[in-house]
Amino acid sequence: MRHGVARFVTGFLALPVALYLFYVVWPFAQAAGYSLTNWGGYSDKQEFVGLDNYVRLFSDELIRKAFWHNVFFLVTVPLFTIALALFLAFLLNVGGREDRAGIRGVFGSGLYKVIFFFPQVLSLVVIAVMWQQIYRSDSQGLINGLLMKIGLVEADDPIAFTADPEPFLGVPAVLWWLLFIAVWSGAGFYMVLFSAAMQSIPKDIYEAAILDGAGRFDTFFRITLPLLRDTISVAWVYLGFIALDMYALVFVMTPSQGGPNHASEIFASVLNFTAFQKGQFGYACAMGVALAVFTILLAALQLRITRRERIEY
Amino acid sequence: MSVTPEHPADLSRRTLLRRAAAAGLLVTPAVGLLSACAGSEPSRSDDTGAAKSKDNPFGVQDGSAVKVVIFNGGLGDQWAKEDKAVFNAKHAGVTVNMSSTQKIKTEEQPKMATQPSDLVMNSGADMMDISTLVNEGAIEPLDDLLTAPAWDSEGTVADSLLPGTVEDGTFQGKFYVVNVAFTVWGNWYNGALFAKEGWQPPTTFDEFFALAPKIKAKGIAPYVHDAVHGYYPRWALMATIWKSAGRQAVVDIDNLKENAWKADGVLPALQAWEKLVKDKLLLPGNLNHTQSQQAWLDGKAAFIQVGTWLKNEMAATIPPGFEMKLSDYWGLGATDKAPKDVFAGAGEGLVVPSKAPNKAAAKEFLRAVLSKSGSTKFAELTKSLASTKGSGDGVQDTALASANELMRNAPKDLIKTKLFDFYADLDKESQNLAEELMAGRLTAQQFVDKMQAAADKVAKDSSIKKQTRA
Repeated sequence: MRHGVARFVTGFLALPVALYLFYVVWPFAQAAGYSLTNWGGYSDKQEFVGLDNYVRLFSDELIRKAFWHNVFFLVTVPLFTIALALFLAFLLNVGGREDRAGIRGVFGSGLYKVIFFFPQVLSLVVIAVMWQQIYRSDSQGLINGLLMKIGLVEADDPIAFTADPEPFLGVPAVLWWLLFIAVWSGAGFYMVLFSAAMQSIPKDIYEAAILDGAGRFDTFFRITLPLLRDTISVAWVYLGFIALDMYALVFVMTPSQGGPNHASEIFASVLNFTAFQKGQFGYACAMGVALAVFTILLAALQLRITRRERIEY
Repeated sequence: MSVTPEHPADLSRRTLLRRAAAAGLLVTPAVGLLSACAGSEPSRSDDTGAAKSKDNPFGVQDGSAVKVVIFNGGLGDQWAKEDKAVFNAKHAGVTVNMSSTQKIKTEEQPKMATQPSDLVMNSGADMMDISTLVNEGAIEPLDDLLTAPAWDSEGTVADSLLPGTVEDGTFQGKFYVVNVAFTVWGNWYNGALFAKEGWQPPTTFDEFFALAPKIKAKGIAPYVHDAVHGYYPRWALMATIWKSAGRQAVVDIDNLKENAWKADGVLPALQAWEKLVKDKLLLPGNLNHTQSQQAWLDGKAAFIQVGTWLKNEMAATIPPGFEMKLSDYWGLGATDKAPKDVFAGAGEGLVVPSKAPNKAAAKEFLRAVLSKSGSTKFAELTKSLASTKGSGDGVQDTALASANELMRNAPKDLIKTKLFDFYADLDKESQNLAEELMAGRLTAQQFVDKMQAAADKVAKDSSIKKQTRA
């Protein structure tokens, strides 16, 4: 009987696995193959160059810059998104007034959930185009226009947003403005994720804690956070991948796609330029492979670090 | 092989979801990037030609089909549909499959090595790098098109073209790119406004700096430009460099000559722009092309620098009574070596991929595009000159008329830079630096130093194939 089930399941899985192998795994293998050549992308001429492309990666200044920008996102995107999502989820689920009705969220939390989740239903490019209008750097921009009306910004010195390379805390301002969008668009989804996890924490734990005199602060840090550890760790890995991408925002929102003057260059934008503008597909494939290896190592590391015994309840 | 767990209870819903998510997402950021590189094995195809004649110089096969891809940007695609009618009038048996897009590179590059379209208009922000196409042998030399008889006028196709058209399409001694639109660049102003205020459009920066306070006094910013795409300000910078330092200086720059950016006249040209920025004569805000053009149409700025596609691009929002007029880029004055030269050239290039299945029909279609009847329609529809002589003769329009006027008084030598088509690295660097200079974060001196350094780096890099111009 069990063998029959196995055959049944295998039969169903064969086609998707074949499609996956052909359309996902095979292009990966091809890219790895091309990364060892000097293929230009527009012809069938290519020479095998061994690991030259990978050696070149390490001395490429632009790649190094892009790498550090990606690292910036890798640290900040998960940190801020998770912090904000946790804060919102806590308020919506257990942050309400403590009274006889027991533990509950703030007033109107159902509505807030929908509002905060809303960015998630928009495609990233739509979000980028929308934020272009918000960040627009003249009086017609939503933020600039508003600040000009109330006199906080001079009409001849508007906020440049994504065209601003000046460092803030050592990182170009444009990256901070992009970070803001990434956090804004991501927090809603993780808020829902954390909400679901919080709802599965038994209410009596909270009630016991409150009876013992714990305030909101204590219940959050001593009960909610430890019990959400698993979910947060998954979210962290997930957001790490998003941080390594960030391509849509950079491509749509920054001047010269990675500018001004390379201030918002990331792995993906350098790769795009190398492949499609410079016509060095071999080298670009090497970048892609390097990024893939980096991503996998990072994921393995993150899951390893956060692994520990699970609390059953 | 069993893929189901031995003890189903081991696999809780949550762990399954988590594993699936981890496995699926492990590769997410890399998927797009990796698969972007993937291609597939190339295949060959042969032209099976029909008999060649004066009316069919390339031997187009009756009953064949030709796939034409048009860039649907500032010029639209209606003109190409008119050309299709012109083509089919002579070759009714040939099916033209025409499509239009703004994503030329995204859609056409993956097909170039295997199954390309027959004729591709390589234009717009998403165009395929032309020097790469030439170096890789991905596009077909079209010298036989130039020597073929013209579609509906005397002489050859080459005879019917405006000066500069052949040169603009020539790379490494061969003619590859048929640029269909003849574009003139310069400073645009509203003729009605200038007439009302009694302002004269300046011809030099000094005249502009004298006029600027009067413009400012009316609450109008003297100048605006696209600050998001670096190649917009770069046109203006290079035009001023050419006028100030002369043709040879720009030729030297294009040929990566030692210290070419330090030649006499280059720095002062850039300093004029630096002064324009430092004196706060630009409309504040980093606007893109359509935003800046709309700001100019709305009367927020007096001058905008852009090419002759402007009229067509903004056709929907031109206010009534607005008189679009083009004036030449400004020079520095008496010291200029080439004050009268105009920045113009043939653009919007059509290319025939080397592996195209029906190259004969593609070339024949190009002949139709360059015909008198086709190019007249082009000028009518796009309000932009075609590369074929006399295309704008019958068109009534202030924008086109002022461009015509500018061309009529222009010396034969047209302002032209090749550097950025030759080398992708310098293209990127110059765009970045042009943006920085116009944002006031870079001085003219720094611009020159950084460009020289970047040019030297390319000159020394033996892996980059060098090109030259005369």
